Amino acid sequence: MSAWLNGIQSATSGAGLHDQQFNGLFLLFLGITGFFYLIVIVALIAAIILRRRRTGSEPLARAALFGWVGAVVVGLAVLSAASFLVDRRVDAATMGRPPLKIELVANQWWWDVRYHGASPSDEVHTANELHLPVGVPALVTLKSNDVIHSFWVPPLAGKQDLVPGRTNDILLLPRRTGLFRGQCAEFCGTQHARMALDVTVESLPDFRRWQRAQRAPAFAPRTALAQGGYAYVTQRECANCHNITGTPASGRFGPDLTHLASRRSIGAGTYPMTRGHLYAWVADPQGAKPGNNMPYIGFEAQDLHAVVAYLQSLK
Amino acid sequence: MSDVARDGEALQGAELEARLHRTWSRAPGLWGWLTTVDHKDIGRRYIYTAMTLLILGGALAAAMRLQLATPESGLISAARYNQIFTMHGTTMMFLFAVPVMEAVAIYIIPLMVGTRNIAFPRLNAFSYWTYLFGALLLWVAFALNVGPDAGWFMYVPLSGPEFTPGKRTDIWAQMITFTEVAAIAVAVELIVTILKFRAPGMTIARMPLYVWSILVTSIMVVLSLPAVALASGMLLADRLIGTQFYNPFEHGDALLWQHLFWFFAHPEVYIIFLPAMGFVSQIVETFTQRPVFAYAALVLATVAIGLLSFGVWVHHMFATGLPRLGYDFYTAASMAVAVPSAIQIFCWIATMWLGRPRFAVPLLYVVAFIVTFVIGGLTGVMVASVPLDLQLHDSYFVVAHLHYVLIGGGVFPLLGALTYWFPKLTGRLLSEGLGKAAFWCVFLGFNAAFFPMHITGMLGMPRRVYTYPTGMGWDALNMMSSLMTGVIVIGGILFVTNVVLALRRPPDAGPNPWNAPGLEWAADSPPAPYNFEHIPVVSSHTPLWEEGPLNVMTGLRVDDREQVVTTAIEAQPDIRYPSPEPTLWPLLSAVALAALFIGSIFTPWAVVIGAVPLAVGFTVWFWPKNAPDGEPVIE
Ligand code: HEM
Ligand SMILES: [Cu+2]
Repeated sequence: MSAWLNGIQSATSGAGLHDQQFNGLFLLFLGITGFFYLIVIVALIAAIILRRRRTGSEPLARAALFGWVGAVVVGLAVLSAASFLVDRRVDAATMGRPPLKIELVANQWWWDVRYHGASPSDEVHTANELHLPVGVPALVTLKSNDVIHSFWVPPLAGKQDLVPGRTNDILLLPRRTGLFRGQCAEFCGTQHARMALDVTVESLPDFRRWQRAQRAPAFAPRTALAQGGYAYVTQRECANCHNITGTPASGRFGPDLTHLASRRSIGAGTYPMTRGHLYAWVADPQGAKPGNNMPYIGFEAQDLHAVVAYLQSLK
Repeated sequence: MSDVARDGEALQGAELEARLHRTWSRAPGLWGWLTTVDHKDIGRRYIYTAMTLLILGGALAAAMRLQLATPESGLISAARYNQIFTMHGTTMMFLFAVPVMEAVAIYIIPLMVGTRNIAFPRLNAFSYWTYLFGALLLWVAFALNVGPDAGWFMYVPLSGPEFTPGKRTDIWAQMITFTEVAAIAVAVELIVTILKFRAPGMTIARMPLYVWSILVTSIMVVLSLPAVALASGMLLADRLIGTQFYNPFEHGDALLWQHLFWFFAHPEVYIIFLPAMGFVSQIVETFTQRPVFAYAALVLATVAIGLLSFGVWVHHMFATGLPRLGYDFYTAASMAVAVPSAIQIFCWIATMWLGRPRFAVPLLYVVAFIVTFVIGGLTGVMVASVPLDLQLHDSYFVVAHLHYVLIGGGVFPLLGALTYWFPKLTGRLLSEGLGKAAFWCVFLGFNAAFFPMHITGMLGMPRRVYTYPTGMGWDALNMMSSLMTGVIVIGGILFVTNVVLALRRPPDAGPNPWNAPGLEWAADSPPAPYNFEHIPVVSSHTPLWEEGPLNVMTGLRVDDREQVVTTAIEAQPDIRYPSPEPTLWPLLSAVALAALFIGSIFTPWAVVIGAVPLAVGFTVWFWPKNAPDGEPVIE
């Protein structure tokens, strides 16, 4: 049961500040609304059972109506006040600390991720994946390049929309380490269902290590096969859309591939990151995610082997 | 004047009936069918059409549940699934739920207020045809694989020219226009019927609760539907002639659509729900054999819900990034709606306690309604809270919530009301046994299918996804929801079977099989074309439960379609008014309008060219006849 409620995409996981508040508030709402539901059901059953005894009395019913309305008003007032207080407490708890700054730009159907640093060379550019140091507030700026999407990583926080023409933001405060998953929550077209975001919450040193690795340019290919893949990727269609820092590939249209093989999934959660799935994706991007914006390329067999070998080396 | 035949001492019984028949019956055969302006013919057609669309929308739901039964299912493609859920939401909200509520009112309200026809009966015929053409447009497009696929809420810019080229969205937007025209027309007819055509003596404080709820609902339709008509018109303009109302990259605004859409679509939920509350009041009254407890409180609750429902639309937009303080206002307003609803629930339960309830099928649906709808209302209180909503919004929790409200609060009372008024619609009673079997399947199947979705949503499953990965803890819950949908389908089949079997028996129900108190039960089952031989005169809430025969007034012409117009508050007889004759022009005008609307999907010129036949149709239809204007009633 608890493993179930702690699922990697569960709103009850309580892995972030917002989410802990959510759990408490939800239980309060559940208790109070459950209490009122019980009253209704008991009254209904009583009315049905008592109908034969003819105990009904209008004045009594009239008095009870006033009591009932009073109770409902008090119940709602308590819930409104609790909801308001929790909302403001989340704001207060996350205010004033120098947060980590992340920019998330949604596209049909993937996430473009940038970590801003002191200088441009500090910047980290990746896709479909967030790494967060535990206990450090992160301010995520949310934008969209096309339609409305919604950022939702249930274990950490509630939703915030990414609206073209506007900039929203959300403050995350992860409370424990772990692997989590989020998913676009606003219908955004054909592959709305396959627009996941992997989130890794780790210790600050682990996070620093990850950041350093991500800042580095792509590894040079070592094997002959991977070199063939490098040549293909940087000279053919791939480079029109994808960026691989440290190589001539500098496209902007698709996700950054510089450290592709270090990520958890392919195609915004479509496949897990394995060799076999890299083959599947590259050979036929339209297979598991039909309608997405990466075209079918049509490889010769040896090119396919080479490209996958190169991509796998992009740790 | 002396040569004019009027009902009264001299003209009674069989001879009166024969003359009224001659005046009020429609022409025989197909011609009569096409030209009729009888509210009962049109109401019945409206009901059958809307229920057919419920079945179609339900079939789409079953298809979705089939796809979602297992993770990574390949049964239905992404593109097709998106069409299916768009069609399901659109059909259910625009082509089933709102129309069916108006349809029942078209049939029942004139009978309930004791008059011979609805106000503006030709407009009523026109409205039906317009609605039918809108429904056909959408479903034919779907059959030809050009159905809309950007969601029933059609958020821009996804629904804009850039991201959904082709005609799918234009078809959706024009379908909206059709149904808006139809719905607003009916609302106007109902408002006028209720305010001006009530039987003498039915003061505003003696109106049955169902009449109150339809009055409030119709006013809400008139106030809210123009918002979505405007919104969809602007969307069409963006798509067709390159305006940029919604384009954020050209100084348009993506959230403008959401404000306009929800300004309509939230009240829409209450437009569905308030008539259902009216059904519940009538059923509770009849099946406990006593007037509903606290009439005045129920009327005020109805009016309060109507007013509050206009102040809550932003609770659909808590995640869009609007100012915080604004959110608090909408939270409070949303929670406030719970108060009048709590009053209503209390009054119905108190009525059962005070009366002598008999658990026939309609009352069973009322019990199911209370058990189910209250859950939907309480989850509504949850999603009104900003911190909770930010998690629950757009997840399967909301799918559960909205179906608890719409099915528990709308469809259950509707099925109860159709069972209750079936004798009045067809002259036959439905079988109690089959009715109960259908009831239990629908009620238990619904709860078993939809309750698990609350949990699926809390576990992070977003809505409007055509598939989901395995290993998220969602598999068993989804399988449960899908299997139990099958039980709902069985319930639906039993309900339809019950109707078909009943229609094959000869009519035998008699005017008032339930010993109900309302005027509609004073007419025959089904009513004669003129509804009542003499116009009833009312002196209480529950006229048929009073001692002695029903009072009537006499003196209406029988050789002309004459109706009594009464004053709005006191229902004093005011003037006599000739109700329009049958004619083909509403149908022809609706055809011209359909040509214009459908043509304008392809070229703006259709508006110019199409206006000509439409103008001809309207001109002939409204050509002044030199019939006398309403004559004062001579007491
Ligand atoms: C047999 C009964 C029904 C079943 C099994 C059913 C099932 C579903 C499912 C599975 C969805 C989710 C679609 C998705 O998120 O991908 C849905 C959405 C919806 N349903 Fe139903 N439904 C039923 C009846 C109704 C009725 C009677 C109404 C209205 C009166 C209704 C109105 C809606 C609406 C408005 C949506 C939202 C569509 C959207 O997300 O855009 N449904 N239904
Ligand atoms: Cu998205």
